[in-house]
Amino acid sequence: MPNDTTRHITYAQAINEAQDVCLENDPNVYLLGLGVPDPIGVFGTTKNLVDKYGPKRVQDMPIAENAMTGIALGSALTGMRPVMSHMRVEFAMPAMDQICNQAAKWHYMFGGQSRVPMTIRMIVGRGWGQGPQHSQSLHAWFTHTPGLKVVMPSTPYDAKGLLIASIEDDNPVIFIEHRWLHNVTGHVPEGHYSIPLGQPNIVKTGENVTLVASSYNVIECILARKALHERGISAEVIDLRTLTPLNDEPILESVKKTGHLVVCDQGAMTAGFAAEVMARVTEKSFSDLKSAPIRITLPDCPTPTTRALSNYFYPTMAHIVNAALRTQGIESNDPFDAITPEEFLDVPDPSFKGPF
Amino acid sequence: MNRELRHDLFRSLLRVRSIENRIIAKYGENEMRCPTHFSIGQEAAAVGVCAHLRLEDYTISAHRSHAHYLCKGGSLPKMMAELYGKETGCAGGKGGSMHLVDFSVNFIGCVPIVGSTIPIGVGASFGRHIQDETALTAVFFGDGATETGVFHESLNFASVHKLPVVFVCENNLYSVNTPLEMRQPQERTIAQLAETHGLKAMLEDGQEVEKVHAVAGELIDHARAGKGPVLLELSTYRWLEHCGPREDLHLDYRPEGEFEHWTSRCPVKLYQEKLLDEAHITQEEIDAMQAEIDTEIDTAFDFAHSSPFPDRSQLMSNIYAS
Repeated sequence: MPNDTTRHITYAQAINEAQDVCLENDPNVYLLGLGVPDPIGVFGTTKNLVDKYGPKRVQDMPIAENAMTGIALGSALTGMRPVMSHMRVEFAMPAMDQICNQAAKWHYMFGGQSRVPMTIRMIVGRGWGQGPQHSQSLHAWFTHTPGLKVVMPSTPYDAKGLLIASIEDDNPVIFIEHRWLHNVTGHVPEGHYSIPLGQPNIVKTGENVTLVASSYNVIECILARKALHERGISAEVIDLRTLTPLNDEPILESVKKTGHLVVCDQGAMTAGFAAEVMARVTEKSFSDLKSAPIRITLPDCPTPTTRALSNYFYPTMAHIVNAALRTQGIESNDPFDAITPEEFLDVPDPSFKGPF
Repeated sequence: MNRELRHDLFRSLLRVRSIENRIIAKYGENEMRCPTHFSIGQEAAAVGVCAHLRLEDYTISAHRSHAHYLCKGGSLPKMMAELYGKETGCAGGKGGSMHLVDFSVNFIGCVPIVGSTIPIGVGASFGRHIQDETALTAVFFGDGATETGVFHESLNFASVHKLPVVFVCENNLYSVNTPLEMRQPQERTIAQLAETHGLKAMLEDGQEVEKVHAVAGELIDHARAGKGPVLLELSTYRWLEHCGPREDLHLDYRPEGEFEHWTSRCPVKLYQEKLLDEAHITQEEIDAMQAEIDTEIDTAFDFAHSSPFPDRSQLMSNIYAS
């Protein structure tokens, strides 16, 4: 891998580069999705690729998500490597039949003969009045379907390396990008490199409490770690990167050291992915735990549009700090009590631009 | 039509019918433990269409798929082993009757989620289209599938890109036990639906194999010539229960006389009588064909019976491709 660590680009540019590299390297790769070749190019993530590779390999499509997913699947069965993009995760919901009934199962149910090398990008997000149907984070749905891989990168470096690995993988991969990460910058090497799927990353080491997160929440955890440091508490931050297949070893190892676990997840609480992480640790390393694990998730209600309500919907970095303190026996006030309905918490904090 | 082709068509009809009759005879033994949907009465569709397909053409089907798999050239021993859940089955026992596959003849799969395979079939052609190549795909489904969203989405997309896809709808009048008139307007045909998506489409009697063969040939030529996708609606009838080997007249959902009308138009019987009447075949030739088919079926069942079940280790294998 190139060593130039001074090259900084955004997460969105990193996603664009990953697709560029794959289109360049493999004639079977093609992009498909509503607006993929248009001048905006899915928040810039596919911008200008049509000029380089033409409209056959950078395809627009009708609003027919279920059939188009099946069409991508059919093309994958016969040798192609489609990369589908959905500007919102919700737009992929009409395609759950093709994703979960079909793509996830074709390898297994035909005795290993069929291969479905297909990547489906889904963009999730929050804030600015996106409301109930433009801001969900439904990764847990896909993790519940064996046969799918679910990838949720947090940094530009991981975004590029994991997307290349996803496209080069011979399985259907659900690749989830948080809209608030698209403008985050970080070091990204030029050219081809890949990060193996199924490897969590220990982003920051620590001794007193383990913070586990994915996607945007990793940034919140890094910032929470700084605040905890000022309180004399050393937190280890683990970025899951790949939710399924989940390699839980680094988490178990970390909890063996720290004895305390806080899991942050950007989905709803009930049957969410935080529950899976907590269950694994509780089942496998119960004796290592010195306090009950805590999860930071969304409440079990749809996303409200007005900031007067959404301000109390999204947990903040302060909630992670609060939870970590509780594992150490230190009680503090509910961070939501310090938030007013008028505050503009519906756009990313300017200090969240990176690099981290 | 020459004598050889007529014999081929008849042999295929007789073969599919004989195979399914053997499955029916053995199904009660409860060793083929998977839901099974029979094509009895509908065989002319698969026979007439597949006679035009080449090895390199892709084919995909749905839950009632035995005839399509067999007529595309799918392995009979592997199909029988699959129904018996054996390691040697076409899907290693992980699929069953509703998940037949044989990549060696480009029969790329079938699944029981109605409508689901229609876009996947379109995708098989679309993938080659992106590579500036041409690959024809035959997609078999029933009348129920034309009520799904993906049917329309798929026809629309295939039409936009002028893909060489041959959609074959066997309209057997029932979706499980719900009749067509409760599901679709009676004044328009499924072929007409396809025309509104810009396809060349035709409606034909699905019981007479030579008629099916003729119209399928015309449509497939159109698709091969790069003129766009086509749809063939074939009027036919399901004799047996939706799923399983028995008749279901006791359920009383079929109008009086309907079953008798359609069974009198049995595609095997109609063609046999025609060939005998017109002296294209002799009874001795038919008997020889039947004997040959029976031997093939005996061999396939022996293979299935003598094959091992998959090892326990197979449970967690092939979840992911590596």
